[in-house]
Amino acid sequence: MTAQATSQQAPARGIKWSTVAHYALLIFLALIIIFPGYMMILTSLKRQVVIMSKEPVWMFAPSLANYEKILEQENFLRHLISSIYVGIASTLLTLFISSWAAYAISRMKFPGRGLMANTTLLVRMVPPAVLTVPIFALWGRWENLWFQQPDTAPSLHTTYLDWIGGSALCTANGDLMDALCNIFSDGLLDGRLGLILFYSALNLPFIVWLLVGFINQIPIDLEEAAIVDGATPFQVFNRIISPLMRGGYAVAAIFTFRIAWNEFILALILTGRRTYTLPVKTSLFTSEEGVLWGLIMAMGTLIVLPPLLLTFFAARQIISGMTAGAVKG
Amino acid sequence: MQNRLSPQNLTPYLFILPAAVVLVVGLIVPVGNALYMSFFDWDMGTSWDEAKNIGWDNYVRMLWNDPSIWKSVWVTVKYTFWTTLIEMIVGIGLALALEKPIRGAAFFRTIFILPLMMSPLIVGLIWRYMLDGRTGVFTYYIDQLGRSFPFLQEYGFVRTGYLAEVSSALPTAIGVDVWQWTPFIFIIILAGLQGLPDDVIKAAYIDGANWWQMTMQIKLPMIFPLIIVTLLMRLIDVLRALEVLFIMTFGGPAASTEVLSLKIYKTAFESRDLGYASSISMLLISITLILSLVILFYSNPMQQEDR
Repeated sequence: MTAQATSQQAPARGIKWSTVAHYALLIFLALIIIFPGYMMILTSLKRQVVIMSKEPVWMFAPSLANYEKILEQENFLRHLISSIYVGIASTLLTLFISSWAAYAISRMKFPGRGLMANTTLLVRMVPPAVLTVPIFALWGRWENLWFQQPDTAPSLHTTYLDWIGGSALCTANGDLMDALCNIFSDGLLDGRLGLILFYSALNLPFIVWLLVGFINQIPIDLEEAAIVDGATPFQVFNRIISPLMRGGYAVAAIFTFRIAWNEFILALILTGRRTYTLPVKTSLFTSEEGVLWGLIMAMGTLIVLPPLLLTFFAARQIISGMTAGAVKG
Repeated sequence: MQNRLSPQNLTPYLFILPAAVVLVVGLIVPVGNALYMSFFDWDMGTSWDEAKNIGWDNYVRMLWNDPSIWKSVWVTVKYTFWTTLIEMIVGIGLALALEKPIRGAAFFRTIFILPLMMSPLIVGLIWRYMLDGRTGVFTYYIDQLGRSFPFLQEYGFVRTGYLAEVSSALPTAIGVDVWQWTPFIFIIILAGLQGLPDDVIKAAYIDGANWWQMTMQIKLPMIFPLIIVTLLMRLIDVLRALEVLFIMTFGGPAASTEVLSLKIYKTAFESRDLGYASSISMLLISITLILSLVILFYSNPMQQEDR
């Protein structure tokens, strides 16, 4: 996969026009790719007056007003924690369960193995939009259940609400967001457990697929030696396979965390005013009192930051993960 | 192969069990639930007890009595067709042009995956901002360009709101998707090209094949399976995608960018028709299922060991 980096080094004599054209094209493409991100950061540093001018402004006194405004909002920290919590929890859950499944699919022969491998791949195609309605319905019903049995369940329910600081979660604007908020803010505690479950389920097929590839590359001799020494399959997995899979875990973690961190629709449906993830919070800037581009771009910059850092530190691993799925086929 | 460490006992199932539980609870139950709900007339805001079982009525309405569904299907087809076609052609073309290893390639590849790492919501918002009719940077400069080159105006390239006009919204949305996803195709095809066995390429050179013959008769046929799998994966992902369009146009103007995913969302949460939205879900999921079965037929890496 990385062979091309070492196999050919351009001979260092003279400048070839084809090489110049090659770089020129690459730089041109890179500019196209980067431009929207550049615009985002630029706009996040503009004051509202500058943003609203008809003629694009390229030189201006940068201001951190948008960032200050976001950080000042008391809820920002809460939404940040929501995003981090959902991202890390779903990543851990996905890694654990999919590495076990990948180990079984890669190393063991059992009836139903082919079926398992195929179904895993098939469920990859479920569109998130399809999940919105049943999730809404299922969580809605749980919610109803709680309200219909005032003597039993709500004790836990209200205790929890008191604990996070009050129960007046939604204002009564009567808009769609508010309706969703009212119905879901408390569903299954606060919707975040649901998000963790659905992100894990949506990520699982791809991650199992990825990890099977990694396990297939591990030589089997070590395991056989361990089996001869009397190790159980679980010990073999924990002591031999798992430590050798750090690279695979890293790639898988980047993919799962990124999706959980970036996802918007399911988070919109499942989380409530207090537990919105950052993308959901950002989307609300488009409806409250017009479109607040400055705040949106500042928020966008903050949201893009972690994936951006991941990309620069682990580009090779990300690319290998992306190509692994397709190239092996 | 003696790759099987474990005899037929319960161990494999114990390893699989947690994954199976999560898949069943997180995906299969909700999809089954949607299937069940698709036979009901259920308004959002009313309790499930009031929902009426109406048999196949939702499907009859969807397939025969609702032109907006077919409009949405048509938008989906156009959107999927054009995004995938343009992305494949541009992606493969660029991969062929930039195939030669070059110093600094890793850096450029890092840049190219940035759009894929960004939140689709943010991507949608940035483009919506840049294409905005009043403050958008694109709108402004193309307008300026149109003043200098009147033919741009004649051909309709100069607009006041690219996402706000019926005739330009879908092509613009396609352009945004192309911006975001062409690098993905490019990187995968590039990996495929650079992974081709050296001896075949060298042999063809020695036989005097020129660049065109080399490309059309050796390289592309050799990575053809990869192209097909990439194409199908991309098709499915375009059908699944929803967030960029959601925030950029929300299906408008006049439903001209209302792909099926958005149609489901709007039917459920704007028209509040949960049962009907479920039946549209079944339509969408059938389409993606068929495409997935084709992929499965072409390649399932997890089964390679089986033979």
